[in-house]
Amino acid sequence: MPVKLILRNKEYEVKPGMMLLDALKKIGVVPESVIATRNGEMILEDEILKDGDVIKLVAVISGGMW
Amino acid sequence: MKCKKCGEKASVNMRQHKLALCKEHYLEWVPEQTERFIKKYEMFTRDEKILVAVSGGKDSLALWDILHRLGYQADGLYLGLGIDGGIGYSHESQRLAQKFADERGLKLHVVDIEKEYGQPIPVLSEISHRGHGKPCAVCGLVKRHEMNRIARDLGYAVLATGHNLDDEAAVLFGNTLNWSSEYLLRQGPVLPSSDGLARKVKPLCRFYEREMTAYALARGIEYIYEECPYADGSQSIYYKELLNQLETTRPGAKLTFYLRFLEARKRGDLFIEQNIEHAHLHACPKCGQPTSTDDYCSFCRMIEKVNAVSAK
Repeated sequence: MPVKLILRNKEYEVKPGMMLLDALKKIGVVPESVIATRNGEMILEDEILKDGDVIKLVAVISGGMW
Repeated sequence: MKCKKCGEKASVNMRQHKLALCKEHYLEWVPEQTERFIKKYEMFTRDEKILVAVSGGKDSLALWDILHRLGYQADGLYLGLGIDGGIGYSHESQRLAQKFADERGLKLHVVDIEKEYGQPIPVLSEISHRGHGKPCAVCGLVKRHEMNRIARDLGYAVLATGHNLDDEAAVLFGNTLNWSSEYLLRQGPVLPSSDGLARKVKPLCRFYEREMTAYALARGIEYIYEECPYADGSQSIYYKELLNQLETTRPGAKLTFYLRFLEARKRGDLFIEQNIEHAHLHACPKCGQPTSTDDYCSFCRMIEKVNAVSAK
């Protein structure tokens, strides 16, 4: 099963066995601009993605300013 | 990657500090650092009443949470801007700010701009013809004016905003590109109080936006994730994206950019410092807040214009 990465309304698929950092580069997401979570827990860039993983990418940039 | 403090699996990695922490130790580290910044920049003391500008977003709610955890007297201020954008943006952000306050027994002041001035932000912008078709300029003007008014009227010693390092670096980047010396000389973690202006502080100014997101997630803070409908394509977001690309290849670039600027500014290395803060400022004849214009301040002129057009 592929690994699914979800950022806002977009879904991407990568092969399992890949490191998260490489997966982000592959789908063209700047690692500094997101936080990755799996089952609600934050994971780091060196995490190896496994079969069937669903990774939610939380965008960190906001434009609204006080 | 392991937590530097306990050796357990890390949840947050801050490459600029060469520091990885587990969730538990990260949630201890953030308030410790915030306290350090509050003291370093002499922002406020535990005896002073603080008004936190709360938007319902991650940064301002995280700031309020941290100040509450640290034992500061911090109340919230939410400004209802009347922005819908098809997603009920203002309604949802107010709901989340109120929920946060209620769950912690904190006091939230709510000011509805439409009730106060007759029109929501997008209409104020449209009528006053400010901001080249986008309401962001009027939104910023109204927020600055109202935050200062409420802080002053309700007797708060200090107004705290949730600006993080990415916000500050993006502003600095923009002002540097334009060599806006006046704005560069004004930027910093603390804007001291002066006649008619409350002291403004930014306790999160040394945390990356990513770290504040991690804090909000780790604390389970429910915040408005949707972007302001008018923020799409904004200059600040563009600058942040550029700086994050730089940060990816050069960890610490954003932090260095901001801190070296603060150091240079403090040493007076940037420009010949002039008394810009007070130059040509006088009280607006209508609202009493400081302005550099000869007559009414920008805010009052905008409201006058809106009222005149609306009365036709």
